[in-house]
Amino acid sequence: MAIELFRIDDRLIHGQVVVGWGQPLDLAFIVLVDDEVASSEWEQELYRMGVPPEMDVHFDTVEGAAQKLTAYQRDERRGALLTGDIETMAKLIELTGSITRVNLGGIHHRTGRTQRLRYVFLAPDEEKALRALASRGVDVSAQDVPAARPLALHEVLSGEGNR
Amino acid sequence: MSSVRALVAGHGTFAAGMLSAVEQITGRTDLFLGVTNHDLSAADVEALMRERLDSSGATVIFTDLPAGSCTMAARRLQRERPGVVLVTGTNLATLLDFVFHTDVPASEAARHAADKGRSALVVTGGAASGH
Repeated sequence: MAIELFRIDDRLIHGQVVVGWGQPLDLAFIVLVDDEVASSEWEQELYRMGVPPEMDVHFDTVEGAAQKLTAYQRDERRGALLTGDIETMAKLIELTGSITRVNLGGIHHRTGRTQRLRYVFLAPDEEKALRALASRGVDVSAQDVPAARPLALHEVLSGEGNR
Repeated sequence: MSSVRALVAGHGTFAAGMLSAVEQITGRTDLFLGVTNHDLSAADVEALMRERLDSSGATVIFTDLPAGSCTMAARRLQRERPGVVLVTGTNLATLLDFVFHTDVPASEAARHAADKGRSALVVTGGAASGH
C-alpha cells in the first residue's frame, strides 16, 4: 500500500489525478507538497474542494513532507504524492533518499521550455535535474493517465515518445 | 454588445460537444463561449478563461468536474471577480435551461439551470433478471 504514485504535475490536484489515477489505484489520500499552498488556507480550501469527501488531502512544505514521508509510507491505504515542479520533487528526493520512482504527469509550456511530449515541456536546467535523478537510480517516466504507456526518460528526452 | 452570457469550460472537447448539442436543440450559438483545458498548465487555463470573460462580458462559468483545472481556475477568478457565478458538474439539461432564461439576470438563470441539471439525472432499468 502506502504511496503508489510520486507525480510531478503543475496542475497539482485536478481531474486526471483525482479520477484518472484515483479510481484505478483506489487512492485514499493525496499528499500535496508545495511551500506556497502549505502557507495559504485559501489555496488549501481550493484544492480540497476538488477531491471527494472520502479522500484525505495533506498539505506539506518540502521539509514537512520529508519528515512525514515514512509515516505516509506506513499508511495502510494507497496514496499519491504531488509536486508542482521538478525542483520540489528533486529536493524531496534529496532530503529523503527513499523515493525510487517518479511520474512526469504535466509540465506545461512556459518561456524557456522546449516541448518533449504533448504534456511535457522542459527547460535545460529541468532536463539536467531529471538526468541527475535518473543517474542516482530513480526510475523517471512520463505517463499522463494510467491507460497510456509509460515513457522512459530517454524516450522523453530523445523525442521518441512522440512517435 | 456581445450576447455571450457564459463560458462553458472543461476537459477535451467537452465544451465543443455541449455547445454543438445546444445548437442542435435550440439553434442558439451566441450565448456561450467554449474553453478547453487540453494540454494547458493551470496558469494558462486561468489566463485563457480571464481573457474570455473580459472579451465577452460573460458573468457565469459552467464547468464539467469539481476537481478539474477549469473549475480550479474559475474559483481563482472568482476571488478577483466576486460577481462571477460558477456552476460545476454541468450537463446538457443545465445549459438548455440557461438558454431559455435570458430574461432574468445571468446569475439567477445559472442557479435555476443548476437545479434543472441536477433533477435531469435519472436512472431507469437494471432490475434483477434472476440470473
